[in-house]
Amino acid sequence: MPASLTLAFLPLLLPLWLFQAEPTFEIPKRNPYTSAADVERGARLFRTNCGVCHGPAGTGGRGANLAQARLRRAPDDQALFLVIRQGIPGTEMPPGWWVLDDHEMWQVAAYVRSLGRVAPEDIHGDAQAGSRLFRTAGCIGCHQVALEGGRVGPSLTGIGLRRGVSYLRAVLLDPASSLPEEFLQVEAVTADGKRITGIRLNEDTWSIQLRDLSDHLLSFWKEDLASLEKQPGRSPMPSYRGRLSDQELDHVVAYLISLK
Amino acid sequence: MKILIGMTLAVFVAHAQVTFERIRHAEREPGNWLTYSGDYSAHRYSALDQITPQNVKNLRPLWVHQIDALDKAETTPLVVDGVMYVTESPSNVVALDTRTGRPMWSFLRAVPKDIRICCGQVNRGVALLGDSVFVGTVDAHLIALDRKTGSVRWDVTVADYKTGHAITAAPLAVKDKIVVGIAGGEFGIRGFVDAYDAHTGKQAWRFWTVPAKGEPGVETWAGDSWKTGSATTWVTGSYDPDLNVIYWGTGNPGPDWNGDVRAGDNLYSDCLVALDADTGKLKWHFQFTPHDVFDLDSTEVPVLFDGMFQGRARKLVLFANRNAFYYVLDRETGKFLHGRPYAKQTWARQLDDSGRPVRVPGMEPTEEGLKIYPHPAGGTNWYSPSYSPKNNLFYVAARESGGLYFKGEADYKPGAEFNGGGMRNLPGDPGFGAIRALEPTTGELRWQYELFSPPWAGVISTAGGLVFGGCDEGYFFALDSATGKPLWRFQTGGKIVSNPISYLSEGKQRVAIAAGHAIYVFALEQ
Repeated sequence: MPASLTLAFLPLLLPLWLFQAEPTFEIPKRNPYTSAADVERGARLFRTNCGVCHGPAGTGGRGANLAQARLRRAPDDQALFLVIRQGIPGTEMPPGWWVLDDHEMWQVAAYVRSLGRVAPEDIHGDAQAGSRLFRTAGCIGCHQVALEGGRVGPSLTGIGLRRGVSYLRAVLLDPASSLPEEFLQVEAVTADGKRITGIRLNEDTWSIQLRDLSDHLLSFWKEDLASLEKQPGRSPMPSYRGRLSDQELDHVVAYLISLK
Repeated sequence: MKILIGMTLAVFVAHAQVTFERIRHAEREPGNWLTYSGDYSAHRYSALDQITPQNVKNLRPLWVHQIDALDKAETTPLVVDGVMYVTESPSNVVALDTRTGRPMWSFLRAVPKDIRICCGQVNRGVALLGDSVFVGTVDAHLIALDRKTGSVRWDVTVADYKTGHAITAAPLAVKDKIVVGIAGGEFGIRGFVDAYDAHTGKQAWRFWTVPAKGEPGVETWAGDSWKTGSATTWVTGSYDPDLNVIYWGTGNPGPDWNGDVRAGDNLYSDCLVALDADTGKLKWHFQFTPHDVFDLDSTEVPVLFDGMFQGRARKLVLFANRNAFYYVLDRETGKFLHGRPYAKQTWARQLDDSGRPVRVPGMEPTEEGLKIYPHPAGGTNWYSPSYSPKNNLFYVAARESGGLYFKGEADYKPGAEFNGGGMRNLPGDPGFGAIRALEPTTGELRWQYELFSPPWAGVISTAGGLVFGGCDEGYFFALDSATGKPLWRFQTGGKIVSNPISYLSEGKQRVAIAAGHAIYVFALEQ
């Protein structure tokens, strides 16, 4: 059989899924379906098709937490659409095109984007003054911004994308009121009586790894410790109630919000 | 000269057929691991006793086989006459030399891109019979390979993968047939157990786990809901050669979390079914969770056990169910004899005299999400328990965690997920795990060893007096099978989502486990 004839038959021999798997049209850079009705329909589709892994409100479970302003695998609308459409090879994220048409996938994308949005709130303080306070009032000793600062507390790089004004103000006044899910303070006592307070980095049945409040990385076999106390709901961060004036708190919050 | 004799012997042994009689009497050759659960009774017990509580501290990795695939390695290796047969994601088979870990052949199965599978393109192992190796594939084929070359003897389509069918379970070789279960419980398929002629691949029988219109049991499904009833069969069952009965667990009814569209008990979902091995005819069934709305598949391994029950010698089947209850049934009749929780549960008050759960009103998924124990992953899951005749104990890797259960819409589209809701882990409360040793006929706890996380790995017990298990944080470990005392551990570097085995190589006991994306084999340091 001549080569040209073989080639002519090739499309007929290839299974249909080869064509379905790759989008055959140009994908818009921006989501064309973002009306309130689209988001609402997207939410319903999300609960039925995505909620099983990502949680019905997108806050994560077996799959990633999608309620954040920046999604690592989906920096823009086009990337988000492609993740939904094609899935993520090598993970349990399946291709959405088996189940949804393109219009529906854009609606899901619109809903997912809506999850990460923080409602705009009035900012009263001055970010510049807040930046100075952040460096003089002790914050930077424990929190990183970019590569500057301590590492005992969660990094605040990009915190303005993830948290709102009232949330940040509340946490400054009562730090333990909302700790990150993975954040756990522990107190370990060694066999020779040394008492170490730190933040858990990792743990298993037999060992625990932590960062103490002086930024040392430590690892212990549990059987070598005299005691190990987990202190959920506790934080080494002091309340800034009374330490900073109302106006100063506003400045710090304004600074944090500016970190995007 | 010695070497020459050794080589001749090796060549001779490698030619021996894996006959049904050999598998039936697996206890006569504890140096091999001939079938998924070690023997037809599914004891996952090794009669090897070289590794003991006294010397297990000297256990070291002997070799590691890296798997070139990113999905979970759930395989149980089989070992016969110096060769280990391992499956790799998605549906590949590799034959490894048990002495060196070096591959002798591999069978690479190209699978379509659009496989529909809920929980990873995984495979839990092969079956051996005669001169063939049998593997199920994620695109729902059953394939027979030449045991010495890996070349395809036959390849049959069991079902259409485009509607969500897949095979992840190791097949079970029974007499001259290969029995295989189907996955797809999140896609509204209609489940079945199939048997194929080992020589030709011709279908011998099919038992539908959801009755069709006109068949007994269909009245337990409202309207046409039986058509999307799921009740899949994705974990290998066990077999009683004397009764000639196959015991196989069935999965959740579809859709998982919304039972409104399928009022009724939904037979034979969440059941243990007893099937005639020659015909596939149903002998009896026992339903653990009638009208399940929690995704509590009964696809755990049924453990066959002959023992005294209330003063009478009986043939029993022991079953640690995902629904957090432990059951003792008469395996000749299916009669419920005893049951009690082995892990925390809040969905049932108790089991009544017939073994039927008395439900707690209101304990069901809601639109807002309701906290219920156990987590949908269960008090245990597909990974294997073990029974040790040495200690007369039943070992189970238990999960202690709750979940938030959500009810949602359920629109069936062929090939699309058909969940009717979803689940979430309890925020800030990941739970924990435990290896538990239960008295087999009462389910009473004899000892337990707590684990940091709810596990995804099964256990093996040995005549040496050990229980081996694995955990999410990558440790493979050994406990004293009489007391639960931890004796040894090794950090494999990857989450363990598989079952251990034990075998002999060069006259020495080995222990093997799939961990992360590798097979680890351990031996006593000389």
